[in-house]
Amino acid sequence: MHVELHHYLTVSILLFCLGLLGVILRRNLLVIYMSLELMLNAANLALVSFSWFNHRLDGQVLVFFIITVAAAEVAVGLALIVALYRKRQSAHVEDLTSMKL
Amino acid sequence: MEAINNAINSGAATDVLFYVFAVLTLLCGLLVIVNPFSRSPVTSAMFLVLTIISMSGLFVLLHAFFLAAVQIIVYAGAVMVLFVFVIMLLDLKEEQRRKIKLFGFVAGLISVGGIFSAFVTSLATVQALPEAPGPRAEGDTQSLGHLLFTNYTLPFEIVSVLLLVAMIGVILLSKKKLE
Repeated sequence: MHVELHHYLTVSILLFCLGLLGVILRRNLLVIYMSLELMLNAANLALVSFSWFNHRLDGQVLVFFIITVAAAEVAVGLALIVALYRKRQSAHVEDLTSMKL
Repeated sequence: MEAINNAINSGAATDVLFYVFAVLTLLCGLLVIVNPFSRSPVTSAMFLVLTIISMSGLFVLLHAFFLAAVQIIVYAGAVMVLFVFVIMLLDLKEEQRRKIKLFGFVAGLISVGGIFSAFVTSLATVQALPEAPGPRAEGDTQSLGHLLFTNYTLPFEIVSVLLLVAMIGVILLSKKKLE
């Protein structure tokens, strides 16, 4: 079977759902963050495959921006996690309940 | 570049390579989330590196050569080093197995299943793609850079400001005393 657009999109969908599952099921803040990266990568794969099969480069430019923003986001998020760990001595989401009613 | 192009255009080999990279990506992605052998964040980080590398293989199959290189340099290089560094800094122990709340577990599975089915139904409409005009667009550095500095100059400049803001924010956040 020749590989077409929907093959790539299927991989992207499965990877996105894996990332979402990780965000919901795991309890460690850092692993949740890695799952978020997985979801961003799934979106990148969908954009690149659309751009190849539509004979345009705009999707790839968007992926370039997504990678840049993701790098900035990771830097800020990890700094937040480190600051949180200093205050609470825990990177476990169930220990962070100050917003619970 | 020519040699890679010829190898990619030969057809059957790329199909096999697609399946290899796709299975590798999904398998390593699964091992990031649920690893039966280890609950340590370090193994998750290492499998995320493998996921990213095999995904850059998929990018090469889609002729996105520049993005494949950037993916490895920025993600597998910079971002994952940051992750591993923070894991070292926090000195995290193995994630304790706590009782998973049944309600949260079921609700999570239902929401993931809902999003998955929404994606699959939209995939069925995508399949009939009309033949796009023009030649295939190669994602090499020259054409991508040309596009970046003609059509997308303003977003490019805004992203540079965003990086500056993120840098200042990180420095502020990681100061010992938060005023």
